[in-house]
Amino acid sequence: MHHRRILAAVAITAIVMSACGGGSSAAPTTGGSQPAASQPAASQPASQPAASPSVNLPTSVGAGEGELTVLAWPGYAENGSTDPNVNWVKPFEDQTGCKTSVQVFGTSDEAFSLFTTNPDKFDVISASGDASLRLVRAGYVQPVNVDLAKNYADIFPALKDKPYNTVDGVHYGIPHGRGSNLLMWRTDKVKPDPTSWTDMFDPSKPWAGKVSVYNAPIYIADAAVILMKTKPELNIKNPYALDDTQFQAVTDLLRQQKPMIGQYWTDYALQQQAFSKGDVVIGTTWQVITNLLQAETPPAPVKVIKPAEGATGWSDTWMINSKTKHLNCSYLWLDYIVSPSVNAQVASWFGEAPGNSKACALTPADQTNCDVFYAADDAFWQNIWYWQTPEATCVDGRTDVQCKDFDAWSQAWTEIKG
Amino acid sequence: MTSGTRATPPELTPALAGSARRRLAAALHRRPRLRLGLLLAGPAGWLVIAYLGSLAILFLNAGWSRDPFTGLVHRDWTLANFGQLVTNPLYRTVALRTVGMAIAVTVTCALLAFPIAYYMARVASPRVRGLLVVAVLMPLWSSYLIKAYSWRQILSNDGVLNWALSPLGIHGPGLNEVGLWLVLTYLWLPYMILPVFAGLERIPTSLLEASADLGGRGLMTFRRVILPLVFPALVAGSIFTFSLTLGDYIAPSLITTTQFIGNVILANFGVPNLPLAATLSLVPLVIVTIYLLIARRLGAFEAL
Repeated sequence: MHHRRILAAVAITAIVMSACGGGSSAAPTTGGSQPAASQPAASQPASQPAASPSVNLPTSVGAGEGELTVLAWPGYAENGSTDPNVNWVKPFEDQTGCKTSVQVFGTSDEAFSLFTTNPDKFDVISASGDASLRLVRAGYVQPVNVDLAKNYADIFPALKDKPYNTVDGVHYGIPHGRGSNLLMWRTDKVKPDPTSWTDMFDPSKPWAGKVSVYNAPIYIADAAVILMKTKPELNIKNPYALDDTQFQAVTDLLRQQKPMIGQYWTDYALQQQAFSKGDVVIGTTWQVITNLLQAETPPAPVKVIKPAEGATGWSDTWMINSKTKHLNCSYLWLDYIVSPSVNAQVASWFGEAPGNSKACALTPADQTNCDVFYAADDAFWQNIWYWQTPEATCVDGRTDVQCKDFDAWSQAWTEIKG
Repeated sequence: MTSGTRATPPELTPALAGSARRRLAAALHRRPRLRLGLLLAGPAGWLVIAYLGSLAILFLNAGWSRDPFTGLVHRDWTLANFGQLVTNPLYRTVALRTVGMAIAVTVTCALLAFPIAYYMARVASPRVRGLLVVAVLMPLWSSYLIKAYSWRQILSNDGVLNWALSPLGIHGPGLNEVGLWLVLTYLWLPYMILPVFAGLERIPTSLLEASADLGGRGLMTFRRVILPLVFPALVAGSIFTFSLTLGDYIAPSLITTTQFIGNVILANFGVPNLPLAATLSLVPLVIVTIYLLIARRLGAFEAL
């Protein structure tokens, strides 16, 4: 009799334990289950787009408060945990006394979700264009006095004063760098070398079933970039401004691709593993993943290109939480992370173009990195579409039609996945 | 209530403190209901606030709307989320798919668990039985995540399963729904074995002897005696396997590209569309409630 009760108790305890374990470690986003609702920025002078530049900006940066929490793309704030030799967080801590903890995210949506459901937790965030404007409008990030970051002056002009980092003349952060989503394949499985994204969309290819795509609604724009070239009659001018007809064509293309997909990725380590093991052989990627694969022993046989039709990409901005209790550390971080040498380290580690124009000339290697990623060549960026959040008011300036908003995009993405 | 005002200040002498404690004890002795109430207040409060409270918040969230651009939740009431749930065929497909997987995993677990549990309960020596119980419980000691990630490695293209099968010229299931079915069956099997083991152990040997005396052969005894008696235990085990499969989203996203209810909820959490995520969370809740009602009918709760 006792025997049985104990067993039942053990079973139930185990269930509870496994449920807790799974939940807390895999879904950190569930931490604050009752978020956002109460925070629409009562204390935010600049929460509305209509707010004028009469915001109260800090006028000086004092000593650090001793602590800083960073929410960043993987590879942007390395503290030695990925590779013991890759660490620019430690020097920052030594210089400023701001003890820095870093959390990474896999998509802009995840970043937005983490940041907004824990409104007090993160002091600074590296936000791509499809998260930054949402953060500004919702009042989660504060206006930044760019004059307090001496490195701001050296940032490439092409990255400054963009709609996703500056609203009504008010700066909301410091541009950090830009990059492009790339096409990667295993050279032993995919022949001949692809030149176009369409190789990921043709079901007759032998690698159907082993295609890996980025798992976020924003991936819809990748298909739009293809149709800009292959179906000019649709007249898509900007992959983030899609009216009903255009949107239908784009989602149809993605539905046709669905049976070819072997993996949806957001975790870059899983993407690396899948390519390494051959579970997928062609897919979208970031340069950093390719670098890690090529650094494996033996090196994984992968190659990477920016396809002919152009690509989606990102232009990132470091922003400060409007509720931060570590404002000085935040400003110190913003200035530090875009300083020439650190910016160069991030750019070469992640594989993107640095934002600081002085980050190229430091060493020959940095110059090579800048050349590879066309840091100073604005012409190269003409066919790279930086992530931004789609809105009903078309972001390409059309006023005669309504565009699909981000809600429609995320709904469609769920439906495409089936 | 009177007892509350007499909380002992720390500087009381031991003698005084002792008498206060005695008075408190006497007061509690006279009021058995208060005693019981105080005893249960902690756990009951936990249950009400942490479990029912969060369910209530979930319900509230399901009725709220949100800003389509920023995703901020607005507290004005709307039924739009429920409308989406009903009108969009996607959610029906996903819900049915999830229930189908839960049933498949549950049935497989039951088929695998019964012989193991039978051997443990009625054949094995006490020593072997003890070892087997430990063996069944052992996987529960390691983290769910480690097991799920390991299975991803095992099933992957260059993984150990394909390597082991290659001399036979066949391929493992790979990273797809069949692989997921294997993984979930592995993950939840102990939760089926333990109740069935307990149920089988509970059957008095005399009943089996009586069946044999009346001319019942093995199969007949199994069908007419053992199965009816152990059935509630099987249903009890199935509660675990069914509901755990229903709510899982990590293994599905690691092993397949297919969406289950949990994945769709998570996706909406990420957008973020919390009201729709909350509405979708009610689907597994309703399914499990129905399942529990049926299980109660079948006597599963007495078998736990």
